[in-house]
Amino acid sequence: MSAPRLLAAEGETFQDHVPGLNIFDWPPLFENGPAWLDWLTKPTLIVLLSALAIIVFAWRAFRAPQLVPKGVQNVGEVAYLFVRDQVARPMIGADGDRWMPFLFSTFFFILFMNLSGVIPVLQLPATSHIAIPIVLALVVYVMMLFLSIKHQGLVGYFKNMMFPPGLPGPIYVILAPIELLSNIILRPFTHAVRLFANMFAGHLLIAFFASVAWWFLAEKLTVLGAGIGIVGFLMSIIMTAFEIFVQSLQAFIFTLLAASYIGGALHPEH
Amino acid sequence: MYNLLAATTVAQTESDYQPLLPETGELVVGTIAFAIVLILVGKFLVPKIQETLAERSNQIEGGLKRAEEAQAEAQATLDDYKAKLAEARHEASRLREEAREQGAQIVAEMREQAQAEARRIVEAAQSQIEAERQQALQQLRAEVGTLSVELAGRVVGESLEDSARQSRVVDRFLEELEGRARTQEQITS
Repeated sequence: MSAPRLLAAEGETFQDHVPGLNIFDWPPLFENGPAWLDWLTKPTLIVLLSALAIIVFAWRAFRAPQLVPKGVQNVGEVAYLFVRDQVARPMIGADGDRWMPFLFSTFFFILFMNLSGVIPVLQLPATSHIAIPIVLALVVYVMMLFLSIKHQGLVGYFKNMMFPPGLPGPIYVILAPIELLSNIILRPFTHAVRLFANMFAGHLLIAFFASVAWWFLAEKLTVLGAGIGIVGFLMSIIMTAFEIFVQSLQAFIFTLLAASYIGGALHPEH
Repeated sequence: MYNLLAATTVAQTESDYQPLLPETGELVVGTIAFAIVLILVGKFLVPKIQETLAERSNQIEGGLKRAEEAQAEAQATLDDYKAKLAEARHEASRLREEAREQGAQIVAEMREQAQAEARRIVEAAQSQIEAERQQALQQLRAEVGTLSVELAGRVVGESLEDSARQSRVVDRFLEELEGRARTQEQITS
């Protein structure tokens, strides 16, 4: 991550070290490895590790569940009940439990990928690479379309979406195209970008404050700069705490929206 | 002095990285990883905990229901026992009453029987006395006859010559008579 020297004549300044898009640009993990391993970069490694983490967690918690739970199963049940009672049932309704396998897997997969942004050494949320939210949002989008057409019929789906009953006639002229645009085109886009942008920005912020701290306290320690460095150091701690919150929140919101789309497909009247 | 506040713009670093362009490798890895997670966690592991949770709530509900049933049964048994106890008490008092009545009746009957018996004995005794008296009378009558005849014979036989002898004979006879009557009395009484 060595930045090119723009102002080399006057010596390095912090400007040369401001973290930018480059902190997201990861070359293959093994620089001189075989070409067929080029796909294995730090972000893809984090995706795989997160998948492994959720699988191991679920395996240990749910493999042989006991009626009287103990150990990891307790934690797993709390996690399951959280997703069920906060996401599945409020969003989908009584038949929300049927979608728990999908929602539980999705929530914790995203949560682990997000949290890898604050885990030492990893320190990169895999979801800050837009390919991952796209995959997740696309799966939800396809599911939503499939379920909507299955439960409402192709015509019924678009009719329910664009012409909800009970509104005065002229409203539909405006409403119908807006609804179509928002439901069919914007929905998967916003769904993916919301997660991506939050993780992207959060990662950038932490990186920025950490760089400030490192530069002014370690690289170029001066009397004037030390104050800024301390502020950067404190801010990077605060931002890390804040990011843990945002990472959890975004995983929750993504799952909540997925459940809401599924619920809307199953029960268009709501 | 560092130009740091102006340096915080991201765009100034040089990189041809396009954050909004998905990388093929990441798309593929993300899809495969998500699919594996969905299959292993979603399809195999989550249903297990769902079953367990359902079974648990079933058991808890079943347990509560069983407890309720047991309590209701206990209550029913208690009521039953109470009813039986009350019935038994009632029966006992009824039996006591009955026994008392029967006892009184038996006593009355016995008394009546005893009185009848006493009456019978008295009557029997009276009739026996009557019979004996009749018998004694008859016997007396017969004896008085023979005695009279004997006395008359003796009076005639002594030929009434001497008034002193005569009175002696009479006296002797009377004494004899008295002696007989005394013996007779001793026999009858």
